Amino acid sequence: MTAVEDRPAQAPEREVGKARRRKEDARLITGATTWTDNMVLPGMLHLAVVRSPVAHAKITAIDVSAAQEAPGVVTVLTGRDVADEQGSLPCAWPVTPDMVNPGHPSIAVDEVNHVGEAVAVIVARSKAAAQDAVELVDVDYDVLTPVLDMEEAVAEGAALTHDHLESNRSFHFVFDGGEAGTGTDTDQAFADAEVVVSRRFVQQRLIPAFMEPRSVVVQPQGDNYTMWSATQVPHILRVMLAMVTGVPEHKLRVVAPDVGGGFGGKLQVTPEEVISLLVARRLGKPVKWTESRSESLMTAHHGRDQVQYIDIAADREGNVKGLRCRILADMGAYLRLVSPGVPVLGAFMFNGIYKFPAYRFECDGVFTNKVPTDAYRGAGRPEATFAIERIMDELAAELGMDALELRRKNWIKAEEFPFTTVAGMTYDSGDYETATQQALDLIGYDELRAEQQRRRESGNPVQLGIGFSTFTEMCGLAPSRVLGSLSYGAGGWEHASIRMLPTGKVEVVTGSTPHGQGHETAWSQLVADRLGVPFEDVEVLHGDTSVAPRGMDTYGSRSLVVGGAAVVNAAEKVVAKARRIAAHLLEASEEDLQFTDGKFSVRGTPGAELAIQEIALATFAAHNLPDGMEPSIDADATFDPENFSFPHGTHICAMEVDTDTGAVRIRKYACVDDVGTIVNPLIVEGQIHGGLAQGIAQALFEEAVYDADGNLTTGTFVDYLVPSAADLPSFDTGNTVHEAPGNPIGAKGVGEAGCIASTPAVVNAALDAVRHLGVRDIRMPLTPERVWRALHDGGDGGDRATAGTNAYGGASTESTSGVSTPASSLGGDR
Amino acid sequence: MTQINVRVDGVTYTDDVEPRTLLVHYLREQLGKVGTVVGCDTSNCGSCTVHLDGVAVKSCTVLAVQSDGGEVTTIEGLTPQGGDLHPMQRAFHEMHGLQCGFCTPGMIMASVDLLNENPDPSEHEIREGIEGNLCRCTGYQNIVRAVQQAAGEMRTQGNGSARPTHAAPAEVDTAAAPHVVGQA
Ligand code: FES
Ligand code: FES
Repeated sequence: MTAVEDRPAQAPEREVGKARRRKEDARLITGATTWTDNMVLPGMLHLAVVRSPVAHAKITAIDVSAAQEAPGVVTVLTGRDVADEQGSLPCAWPVTPDMVNPGHPSIAVDEVNHVGEAVAVIVARSKAAAQDAVELVDVDYDVLTPVLDMEEAVAEGAALTHDHLESNRSFHFVFDGGEAGTGTDTDQAFADAEVVVSRRFVQQRLIPAFMEPRSVVVQPQGDNYTMWSATQVPHILRVMLAMVTGVPEHKLRVVAPDVGGGFGGKLQVTPEEVISLLVARRLGKPVKWTESRSESLMTAHHGRDQVQYIDIAADREGNVKGLRCRILADMGAYLRLVSPGVPVLGAFMFNGIYKFPAYRFECDGVFTNKVPTDAYRGAGRPEATFAIERIMDELAAELGMDALELRRKNWIKAEEFPFTTVAGMTYDSGDYETATQQALDLIGYDELRAEQQRRRESGNPVQLGIGFSTFTEMCGLAPSRVLGSLSYGAGGWEHASIRMLPTGKVEVVTGSTPHGQGHETAWSQLVADRLGVPFEDVEVLHGDTSVAPRGMDTYGSRSLVVGGAAVVNAAEKVVAKARRIAAHLLEASEEDLQFTDGKFSVRGTPGAELAIQEIALATFAAHNLPDGMEPSIDADATFDPENFSFPHGTHICAMEVDTDTGAVRIRKYACVDDVGTIVNPLIVEGQIHGGLAQGIAQALFEEAVYDADGNLTTGTFVDYLVPSAADLPSFDTGNTVHEAPGNPIGAKGVGEAGCIASTPAVVNAALDAVRHLGVRDIRMPLTPERVWRALHDGGDGGDRATAGTNAYGGASTESTSGVSTPASSLGGDR
Repeated sequence: MTQINVRVDGVTYTDDVEPRTLLVHYLREQLGKVGTVVGCDTSNCGSCTVHLDGVAVKSCTVLAVQSDGGEVTTIEGLTPQGGDLHPMQRAFHEMHGLQCGFCTPGMIMASVDLLNENPDPSEHEIREGIEGNLCRCTGYQNIVRAVQQAAGEMRTQGNGSARPTHAAPAEVDTAAAPHVVGQA
C-alpha cells in the first residue's frame, strides 16, 4: 500500500477517482484530428509497395522499366537498389543465446518468404499513379515449397523456410521450476500424481486490426529528418531506425500524432517505415505511404499463433501438483521487434493464480512462410491464461468437481500476498475470493445454474453453459533488470517532466505515447492532485521525440503504472523545490510549511501562504530566490519499477449453444477486475469493454487463415470478422481495489485485462453447455460449423482433430481427448 | 475530368474531378475535410460515413460525381464554426463512446442517421443500426449508451437539428460512477 502520509493533503475534490470526461475527445468528435494520413507537405511524393504474391520463392529477375515509364512515376526501387543501406529490421528480444535470426530486409533482395513481402517500391507524384504502376512491375519468381504448419515445420525432414538455416527452429526456451529453485522436480510430480490431464490447445493466429491503417510521412530537411508515423513507439522507433539506416539519432525526429489504435500492432519497426526513410533520404523529398486495409491485414504483423501441449497433475482431492507446458510459437517468416519475446513473456504466467509445486515450460519459436507474429493485446499472457483456465476446467471434469471449487482449492489466498509463484514471479496483492463472489452476484449465478439444469432436463436444443476465468496478468512492463535477465534489449523505465509555466499553467511531458488510452486526461488528474492546480490548467505533451525526448512508449499496460508513476514522481520534485522557495519567500522553515490545495502555508501563522502558481511566477521573475537556486521549478523523473504489477479478476460468461445449428450466443457476461487504484473509472471501464470485445472475438469470430499455398484468405474485413455492435452483448463490470505496492499511484494496469481474461471464460462456457453431450474441446474460433462438428463428430471441431506428430518429434498423443492416467500420459516421448 | 457542383457543410464547391474519384477522396484531398477517414477498402468499416442529402452513406462507395448537385454533411459540418456540439457528439463525449477516435466521425454520422430513422431505438435496434461501423477500441457498449442518451435528448429537443444550450452534467465521482460495484 502506498503510505497515505506520502501524499499531499487532498483538496476536497480529489481528481484521482473522478470519472472525468476526456480532454482528448474535443478534437476527436469534431474531426479536428491529426492522423498521419492527413499530412500534406509541399512537393510530397507517394509510395506504393510492390508485394510478393507467393509465399516462398527465389526472385530471379525484376523488370521495373514499364513502371519507371508510367505517368507520374518518379522512380522505382528494388531491394537490390537499396541493399547497402537498408540494414536488417531489428529484433530487440533475442530470448536465448543461440537464437537463430535469418535477418529481415525491408525490401526483399533474393527471396521472398511470405505473401505480401515487399519486393519493390514505386515513388510517384500521386498515390493513384503509384498504385497504378504497381501492376507494371514484372517479377520472376522461382517458387519454392512454403512451410505453413508449425507442427510439420519441426518434424524430421521438413521443408525449410530459410534454406540457409539448418531447421525451422529459431530458439528453444526452457523454464524449469526445479532447476530455477522455485519449484520441485516436475517429472517426479507427474510420476507421483494420481491424475494427469493432457490437452493440445490451438491459439489461432489473429490480426490486431487497429482501425487506422498504418501511415508514414517523412520530411527531409538537409540531413535532418522528421518522420510522422501511426506508431505506438516513437521513441523506440527512432533509436532502431538510427541503428538500422545509419541516419544519426540526433538528426531524426519521430512524431506519433493522433494514432487510431494499436493493440500491439503498431509496436514495431516496419519495413515501410524503413523504406520511407530510405526513399526520402535518396530523393531529398517528402514522402508518404499509407496502407490499404487489405495491405494491413496481409502485412502488418499478426498475433498469437501457438500450439500448446499442456499437462496438469493433481491428486484425487483436486490439489494441483504440477504443470508442464510445451509450446510451438509461430514466428512467421522473420523475427520482428519482439516476436520471440511474446511466448517467453507468457512462460511466467501459465501457472495462473494457482499454487503449483512443480512447473516446467518449454517453447520452440518456429519459422513458417507467413507474415511475422509479434505483440498483440496481452502478448503472451492471453495464450498462457487460456491454457491454464481451460485445463483447470478439464481437470475439474476429470475429477467430477465443480470448476470453481477446484480453483478455490488451489488459488493463492488473500492473506498469502505477496506470493512468489513457481514461475518465480512475486504477485503483489489481491483477493481472488472477493472478486469471484462479486462476479457471481453480478451475473446472478444461482439462477443461471438453475436454468441450466432445467434446460438439460428438458432436452432443450438450446443448452446453457457457464464458464469461468479467474485470472491474473503481469503489467507495468517492466523492471529493467528483469528484462535484462530475459535478454530484452532495452529497459522498462519511463520518463516524465513537469514544467510550471510563469502563469501557473503546467506542461507535463510524458514518454508514454497514447493511442486511445486517454493519457491527457488521466495524467492531468494525477498532476492536478499532486500540485493542487485545476485539471484544466494541465497540458500533457507526448508522442514527439523533440517535445518528449525520452521514453519507452505504450504497450503491455505500462502507461499508468510506469509512465504515470514517473509523472507523479516529477510532481513530487516540483513540490519539493517549490517548498524551498516558499520557505524562503515566507521567511519560514520548510518544516513549518504545509502544502494543501496547491498552497503552502505556515503552520500557526494565519494568512502566511503562497499558492504554487505564485511561486512559479516568482521563479520566472527570479528576483528573490534562495542563494544558488536555479530559476525554475521544473522537474524530470525516471521511474523504473521494482516489480511488475498483477491485476486480477474473475470473469464469468453465460452462453447459449444451439445444438441443432451450432450457433452460440453470449447470454450474459460479468466481470470484476482488480486493477489497483482507479484514476479514472470511465477510462477503466472503457478499456475493459474494449478488451472484452477483442478477447471474445478470439473465442468466437477471428482467425487469420492461410490456404495451402500460403495466401491469406482472410485478407479483408469481409473475411476477417472483427465483431460489430450487433455481435456483442453489453457487459456487467465491477471492481475490487487492492493498490499495487510497486508504484506511487497504486495502479496495476488495465489495458489488456479484458482481452486476456475473456477468451477462456467464453470457451469454458460453451463447453459447459455441451460437455454432458460428450464434447471436451472446441477449437477457436467457435464458429457454428466447428461447434456443430464437435457435437456430431466428436473431437474439437477443428481442422485437425488430433495431433499427428507432436511438438517434440514424438509419436502421436491423444491430446484432444487426453484425459489419461499417469502411465499413458507419461509413456513414450513424454 | 468531370465538373461537379456540391454543397459540403454549407459551402458550395465547383470542382473538376476524375470520374473514378471516390467521394471520400474528394472530401479529404480536394476539400481538406480530413475529419472523414478511410479505414478499409471493402466498404465494411464505416469510418468514412457522411450524410449525402441527409442520409448516411459510406463515402468510399460513392463516386464524387454522384454527389453532383447534392448536399454533403461531414463531421466538421455537424458542428458549425463556433456552434454548440451536436447532441450526438456531446453524448459520445459524456458516455465515453470513443477511445482512439478513428471510427468516431463515421460512428457519429451513422448514429445521427439512425435516430433520424428511428428516434427511440431499443438497445437491440441501436446495435443492429450501427452494425456497418466497426470500432476496435470501445467494445461498443458506451457507443450504445451515447446513442441512447442522444436519442433521449433529441426527442425532448423536438428534432435532431436542435442545438441544446445547457452545460454538460457535472463530473461524477467514483462512488457514483456506474458499474463500480464495490471496493474491497
Ligand atoms: S472506408 Fe468506407 S467503409 Fe471502410
Ligand atoms: S474508438 Fe478506436 S476504433 Fe473506435
